[in-house]
Amino acid sequence: MKQLMLGNEAVARGLYEAGCTFVSSYPGTPSTEITEAAAKYPELYAEWAPNEKVAMESAFGASLAGRRSFCGMKHVGLNVAADPLFTLSYTGVRGGMVVAVADDAGMHSSQNEQDSRHYAMAAKLPMLEPSDSAEALDFTKLAYELSEAFDTPVILKMCTRVAHSQSVVETGERDEAPEKPYEKDGAKYIMMPVNAKRRHPLVEERTAKIAEWAEHASVNRIEAGKDYTLGIITSSTSYQYVKEACGNTYPVLKLGMVWPLPVEKIKTFSAGVGRVVVVEELDGFIEAHCRSIGVAVEGKSLFPCVGELSQNMVAAQLGRPHCTGAQLEEGIPPRPPVMCAGCPHRGLFYTLKKNNLTVLGDIGCYTLGAAAPLGAMDSTICMGASVSSLHGFNKATGGESEGRTVAVIGDSTFMHSGVTGLINTAYNESNSTVIILDNSITGMTGHQQNPTTGFNLKGDPCTKIDLEGLCRAVGISRVRVVDPYDLTACDTAVKEELAAREPSVIISRRPCALLKYVRHPGPIAADPDKCVGCKSCMRIGCPAISIVDGKAAIDSTLCTGCGVCSQLCKFDALGGKKEA
Amino acid sequence: METKNIMIAGVGGQGTLLASKLLGRLLLGKGYDVKVSEVHGMSQRGGSVVTYVRWGEKVYSPIIDKGQADVILSFELLEAARWAEYLKPGGRIITNTQQVNPMPVITGAAQYPQGLEGKLCAAGIDLDAIDALSLAEEAGSSRAVNLVLLGRLSKWLDFTEDEWMAAIEQSVPPKFLEMNRRAFALGRGY
Repeated sequence: MKQLMLGNEAVARGLYEAGCTFVSSYPGTPSTEITEAAAKYPELYAEWAPNEKVAMESAFGASLAGRRSFCGMKHVGLNVAADPLFTLSYTGVRGGMVVAVADDAGMHSSQNEQDSRHYAMAAKLPMLEPSDSAEALDFTKLAYELSEAFDTPVILKMCTRVAHSQSVVETGERDEAPEKPYEKDGAKYIMMPVNAKRRHPLVEERTAKIAEWAEHASVNRIEAGKDYTLGIITSSTSYQYVKEACGNTYPVLKLGMVWPLPVEKIKTFSAGVGRVVVVEELDGFIEAHCRSIGVAVEGKSLFPCVGELSQNMVAAQLGRPHCTGAQLEEGIPPRPPVMCAGCPHRGLFYTLKKNNLTVLGDIGCYTLGAAAPLGAMDSTICMGASVSSLHGFNKATGGESEGRTVAVIGDSTFMHSGVTGLINTAYNESNSTVIILDNSITGMTGHQQNPTTGFNLKGDPCTKIDLEGLCRAVGISRVRVVDPYDLTACDTAVKEELAAREPSVIISRRPCALLKYVRHPGPIAADPDKCVGCKSCMRIGCPAISIVDGKAAIDSTLCTGCGVCSQLCKFDALGGKKEA
Repeated sequence: METKNIMIAGVGGQGTLLASKLLGRLLLGKGYDVKVSEVHGMSQRGGSVVTYVRWGEKVYSPIIDKGQADVILSFELLEAARWAEYLKPGGRIITNTQQVNPMPVITGAAQYPQGLEGKLCAAGIDLDAIDALSLAEEAGSSRAVNLVLLGRLSKWLDFTEDEWMAAIEQSVPPKFLEMNRRAFALGRGY
């Protein structure tokens, strides 16, 4: 049946049709929907793991047990899972194992735009790269065949435009993959030096065999053109831009497998054309391979290694006709993402700003606390970095910064990799104050459950990790909970914990305002007779408040009635102060 | 046929994703090749968002580039102006006249441009501006702006009312179906 599917949904369909039975992932834009869609097939066991390393190791366990397994993540998640990845290349698999990684060129929702193709080369693993949803489905199934045929995990590389574009797919039936009963095989799976030394040459042989397969694979196809003065080598969404810009004018070598890359196929293709141009997003990965086998190509001299490509960029560089629109001659103010009206993080960030604290931040919705007017953030690096970098900061200053520096980290991010930093804080004794922003969900990626929410991926009730108990268990005695809607309580908690002569954790707890089960008091109304136009309420950056004709005005379609602004108004103009 | 392009612009949280999904479903039902490109993640949080809907015999790129949109369907006036550069010469902008202040305007760092409708018309753009928020409220919910705008768009596309209604039925939860039908009809009849 023909249907429209997101690239990510098509990967999930591919998992289903390929007889995959085990899925473990950590959410991350643009990869999240693979696992969410997989969870809708009753035949697949699917779960959110606390982080990508756990997800990959769990998927390996399922493979070792002889079942087809999967784990999915965003590009930076693969950094977290890189440790098992490199050694799983040595062990190979028992049941087929596929790892999906989704890059985010253009950084729509990421802290960097690293090119994951380097991982395939570095870990010596085959990588397939679909260019639309139909290929996402087909390549997922192919990945399992390759995984079992060549005894290797296979990486499926997605990108934002393939993951988050819907295109037409033809679905098929599920083939139950035969289970292979577990058999002990220490020489293959115990990677101590004596065994690993025997495995490494096999990995090199395997790469050579797969490269040979790549020479004849239909996923690496040559499309004929009319004008052979130019030939284009491309893959993924760049292929779509090339076809959009050039149609069938120039011959194209469309690579569905980007590692290992074919040698003879590239040489043959290049020999039949005049110029060879490689069109690829981010790094000149295919370009470097072409050069290394002695094929002269152009690539990054024409296309940037920063951001996304587009059909106009390709058309402009290849001399094809293309449109250009007319910009309105008007200063259009930017519209950056903001913390939602009623967001529980707002009150806490206001407190941090008011106390002029140095704030080491982390990855999540609360990174928006960095934006004006709150501006209460000093660093954001990666998942969990807030807690560990606060420890280093405080140690390096000899404790001088302890009383005015905090870390902020979300509940899901804390479980991902913040808790190990907290263990370091306790163990190596820095007098650090860590604030866990517990909004009872993984917010930024679109409301995924996590170990602290009490529900699993399928929405069933499950073990709920007790954050307070966890923090105490790793050696933090001072653990307290505040309601971030209560500005007085936030201020007191932050001041007291910073003053304390031992490490502490403040849990700022209130569920995300967008969660369906959260009931809001409803919008407040500004009283123009009481408002003196002091703009105190504007200090919290709430999108529901603006100044109209010199007075505060509330957008009733946005306001949830959280009451944070009411507490800032000395003139009782914003629906009165909430009861303490 | 030449590939057709509709760009849907708005503010994160306004329901642009439902509009593009509904359109995609409708177009697939008509036998076209279709691509719908969405935005997920951080930019959804009250930021400027666009989704692309493309259809034809064979569609390659999932995105619409500058100068390529046949129609820009905008959920907010400033967003219509922001993405005007993506319009094909002679293209049409259908926009909600609602103004949602972006944070730089709220904080006073920038001004919301005045007279945008006139400026868009002066730029030679075929502008169709409607107060979709009021019509949505009339239909029963301020959240039905997306269906009001789709109703308006339906006047310019060659699909029957039955085809639209079938796509709406498949795209909205049953308990909101009547309200969404009303919103669509109000937009279409406006």
